[in-house]
Amino acid sequence: MSYLHKVFAIVAKDVTAELRTREMLSSMFVFSLLVIFIFNFAFDLRAENQKTLAPGVLWVAIAFAGMLGLSRSFIMEKDRGSMEGLLLTPVDRSAIYFGKMLGNFLFISIVAIIILPVFIVLFNLSAAYLPLLVGVMILGVFGFASVGTLFSAMAVHTRAREVLLPILLFPVIIPVMLASVKLTAAVLDGIPFADVQNWFSLLVAFDLIFLALSFMLFDYVMEE
Amino acid sequence: MTQGDRWTAILLALAGLLMVVAIILVFGVAPDPVNLVTPLERFSQRIFYFHVPTWWVGFLAFVVAASAGLLYLITRHERWDVISASSVELGVAFTTMGLITGSIWAKPTWNTWWTWDPRLTTAAIGWLMYIGYLMLRGAIDNPERRARFAAVFAIIAFLSVPLNFMAIRWWRTIHPVVIGSSSADAQGGFALGPTIQMVFFFCVFAFTVLYFALMVLRVRTEWLARRVEHLKQRIIFR
Repeated sequence: MSYLHKVFAIVAKDVTAELRTREMLSSMFVFSLLVIFIFNFAFDLRAENQKTLAPGVLWVAIAFAGMLGLSRSFIMEKDRGSMEGLLLTPVDRSAIYFGKMLGNFLFISIVAIIILPVFIVLFNLSAAYLPLLVGVMILGVFGFASVGTLFSAMAVHTRAREVLLPILLFPVIIPVMLASVKLTAAVLDGIPFADVQNWFSLLVAFDLIFLALSFMLFDYVMEE
Repeated sequence: MTQGDRWTAILLALAGLLMVVAIILVFGVAPDPVNLVTPLERFSQRIFYFHVPTWWVGFLAFVVAASAGLLYLITRHERWDVISASSVELGVAFTTMGLITGSIWAKPTWNTWWTWDPRLTTAAIGWLMYIGYLMLRGAIDNPERRARFAAVFAIIAFLSVPLNFMAIRWWRTIHPVVIGSSSADAQGGFALGPTIQMVFFFCVFAFTVLYFALMVLRVRTEWLARRVEHLKQRIIFR
């Protein structure tokens, strides 16, 4: 079995488990929808132009929903006792990391892609933004999932578990969130790419840095 | 009194002496800045001799924490975990001072305690990150796992240090750039006169010595605490 097969076997395991219940995807989706509605309530009275708030609302919704998914990711393994099974499989630890990371990336992306059209309707935006928004979203979610998977594996072994994950992850993920929000705003305002190129570079750079670091450090986290 | 105790005492005395000299230099020797208009601004500028060194020591502490974390993962010697944890604790203390002194300076100069400037925001986020580090340590019971996870987190959190440093240059910010900018450009950079420079670098040096003195104390305390813990276990399980 090649390395890629092993990675995809782990992704397939997570996808199969999710498809049986669909509880994670549906709760993430409903939650992100709720976040968007709550923000509309909270900001409606004060903002003159809703469009200026839209990028922030979108990314907070994605980040909160993503946090739900990430915290489930390893708690599920631990509570069902499948963590030991996963560690006993004859694969490299990094394959487990990439498998879990791609699974998380997939779930969060699916939720974000479903939420995007709803978001466009609710904020009265043009559907022409959609392809570019999906592009920005994929880059942002990638960075989020890469370091999020590592921290999720760490948080599951702590006493506070899902409480600790956001405290650890949010500050670290700020550069990715900031760049994603700036790029989303640039798409919505029709700012030319050259003007936001440094944000784009920052986002790609952090995606790669986080992926490389998490992949290297995952071995030390899963050492049991 | 052991040999180590004596050296700790000497280092502490040296740090104390340097801090006293630093205070005398800041309030007695350093000249008033020429580019500021009101007396209040001129006087509050003197906090810069404490504000910048606290952040410098904060950064230094986080660099030490990340390096010690890396060494812990490689060597698995408990010594590095003690150093990493102690350094983060000191770093949080110094960056807290940095945030507070910055606020005190900002009130007369910017007429607000806090603004959502990128530089300030990244600084506050970096600070929160290390609060998270301390919470992570508090939430794990197994000492070996605690050391391992803390090391991993210290290395990742360390990314915030270069980002923080770059933030001031990448984004438009109202925070002045002191180090590495010689012309009074749009970012509020300015040249430092020779006396100001001398006092400033003396303060940086004094704070660095203070950091090392506190570090030695903290590491020794932590070792003793772990030794007490170890002895307790031995008594209980005998």
